[in-house]
Amino acid sequence: MNSYTGKVLHVDVSTQQTQVQEVSPEFLRKYVGGVGLATRLVYDNTPKGCDPLGPENALCFACSVFAGTTVPAGTKHSVASKSPLTGFIGDSLSGSHFSEMLRHAGWDGIVIKGQAPKWIVLFIDDDDVRFLDAEKFLGMGTTETQRAIRKALGDENIRVSAIGPGGEKLVRYATIDNDGRQAGRTGNGAVMGSKRIKAIAIRGTHPITVADPEGLLRETLKLIQVSQGPGTQKYRILGTPTNVLNMNKMGTLPTRNFRETVFEHAEQVSGEYMHDHYTQKAVGCSGCSIACEQWAEVREGKYKGAIAGLDYESLFALGPNCGIGSLPPIIRLAELCDELGIDTMSAGVVVSWAMECYERGILSKEECDGLEPNFGNDDAAVALVQKIARREGIGNLLADGVKRASEKVGKGSDHFAMHSKGMEMPGYDVRGMKTFAMGLAVGTRGPCHNRSLAYEADVKGTVDRFKAEPGRGKIARDKEDTAAVLDCLVLCKFIRNCLDNFYEDVARLYTMTTGLPMTAAEIQQAGERACTLKKAFNIREGWTKADDWLPGRVLGDPLPSGPGKGVYVKPEELRMMIDDYYQARGWTPDGLIPKDKLVALGLEDIAEDVGVEVAAQVAPLGTAAGA
Amino acid sequence: MAMIGYQHIICDPTKCIGCRICEYACSLTKTNAFDPGLSRIRVVRIEPITMTAVSCRLCEDAPCIIACPRKALTRSEKNGIILVDNDKCDGCGWCVEACDFGAIILNPATKRAEICNLCEDQADGPRCVKYCPKEALALSTPEVIRQQARREVVARLFEELLVEK
Repeated sequence: MNSYTGKVLHVDVSTQQTQVQEVSPEFLRKYVGGVGLATRLVYDNTPKGCDPLGPENALCFACSVFAGTTVPAGTKHSVASKSPLTGFIGDSLSGSHFSEMLRHAGWDGIVIKGQAPKWIVLFIDDDDVRFLDAEKFLGMGTTETQRAIRKALGDENIRVSAIGPGGEKLVRYATIDNDGRQAGRTGNGAVMGSKRIKAIAIRGTHPITVADPEGLLRETLKLIQVSQGPGTQKYRILGTPTNVLNMNKMGTLPTRNFRETVFEHAEQVSGEYMHDHYTQKAVGCSGCSIACEQWAEVREGKYKGAIAGLDYESLFALGPNCGIGSLPPIIRLAELCDELGIDTMSAGVVVSWAMECYERGILSKEECDGLEPNFGNDDAAVALVQKIARREGIGNLLADGVKRASEKVGKGSDHFAMHSKGMEMPGYDVRGMKTFAMGLAVGTRGPCHNRSLAYEADVKGTVDRFKAEPGRGKIARDKEDTAAVLDCLVLCKFIRNCLDNFYEDVARLYTMTTGLPMTAAEIQQAGERACTLKKAFNIREGWTKADDWLPGRVLGDPLPSGPGKGVYVKPEELRMMIDDYYQARGWTPDGLIPKDKLVALGLEDIAEDVGVEVAAQVAPLGTAAGA
Repeated sequence: MAMIGYQHIICDPTKCIGCRICEYACSLTKTNAFDPGLSRIRVVRIEPITMTAVSCRLCEDAPCIIACPRKALTRSEKNGIILVDNDKCDGCGWCVEACDFGAIILNPATKRAEICNLCEDQADGPRCVKYCPKEALALSTPEVIRQQARREVVARLFEELLVEK
């Protein structure tokens, strides 16, 4: 076996005990790596019903199959645990040198449980695990922490994943940062903080071997060259902020807490404007030939010196969605979120919710600690982000996300609390993207553009995006499976358009790397298995059909302007599409997984836990596989 | 015309994205495994956005050759690369200390110094250059670099002059 090490490191930070779990090639072939492997580790090591911020929750890291190889955009890792934001599976991804180092240290994954009595840095030095005092790093920002730990350990080659003050304070959407990239969204930073781990430092010295070095070099050279072509142009030139004007034109750019979808200052916060006035450098993740991350710097004015790698999702959330129409404060806000270690998207949507509450008189100036957070008030947004990360004043309310905050505040504020399953919405107003609306509603980690990919159908116009109709379930299922294959391997989504025959190509790369057999059909099934396993975890943790739903604003407020003026997602439309999706997946009308389905996917060992018996006539066998 | 300076790997920091594919390709070429610790080219990133790759610059009066107490390092007459005589090298590391660029490795397994040899054994030249996705790496000489530099600066100046008109 190549690439894989066949070993998972188990660490209990309460007792400082470690254990080595040997994993078989068959197990690895099944869960692949990344999100698939990390989810399986969470499923196996987290007791049912555990407190996400308690010692029993297992914080699991899993390497990419291609980590540290020349497969472009293939060096990433997944972090997963039971999410403190949603209570369901919280699987994150990050592009990273960390993933490569984890593999060099001899591990396919790490499982961390317990709660350290005092704050620690977990130092994994090949197979030597040390628990270092972290006192002097507390309160530090994420980049500063990584730098300080490398310095303290006296080795620049050490790779560090660190939390910021947000993770220390258990902000429910805290991130884990490595080399300026973040494992974000579902609050894995808070889980790490709950274990009192300020950072994980890794030094690995084992070479990574691959089954067919010359073959892999040949294939990857081709891929590196193709990845400089039209398939990645939008990512390479302007980065994802190119979406601002596209979304604005489509009338799907979330503006002022999703109240509007066309932003009057879109030009000034566009990818084009950023490129001409603020972008300093494109940076690639480890082993990435594309380099989508555009680092923008403010060189004058109030926000002089602010610098951040700015993606579309951060930009929409902290900019238009907060009514902020110029780039300097957005760059500052993104920098703050990254350094404080909180998710830019959730932070933006939380701040915009507070702004709407303030403008409606639901939150008073006093309740906002004397701030006047009207839409567009960048000073207030900066202050709120800082308060959130430290849980000061109103920040304590907002640090729990819009779902919990709106439940506490009441007064109808849940109608415009833009979340599903407790996780804040991404940067697409799905009233004008109905396939994607359903794709977000059924997301296992909450509404996620990256896990769903169903927006492709709406954006490319292969379907009528304003219309809900049967058949969208199958589209969403297929896109989700493709996304899951990428998330397990791990390959970045942005390289997907460089592959001619997706499943064949990735299966071949898999075999060249690991030496393990893999067919196109098998890797596709691995994607379905990963999606199903994540759903199975959620079912075990109490998921019901009611959890697959969207916020009131999407389901009741017609779009006020733009090409989709007047449209919204009618609840019965959403219901119909969700039912269609369950059917496409071969699940029951209640969204549960038949035992037979689990067995067919090789998940027989969890069939008893979560599977349901289904009479053959209700859900014919093979509905999903054959559909 | 006598050659001024030897060809070596140069990196344009404005093009380098810090991906480290050069390290992966180099180590695979030299060791048949991915092992950046043994890559003869290394990427340096100073957060957040300063980054470039560094390898042997084939210095004219190479300090490594001068520093070696056992005369294990010599210059190839063919292409100027620094050759390591493994029978003489004892892994003392003076060459590593003498190098201003941190371009020399002490291989922990063989306990011998290793230096970029421009992949002289590869038919199509240095692997790092070939695999660099952004063409940040190139095989060049100081003379060629200064030729390019003055062409670029003149072109830019005249472009600006024309715009101002």
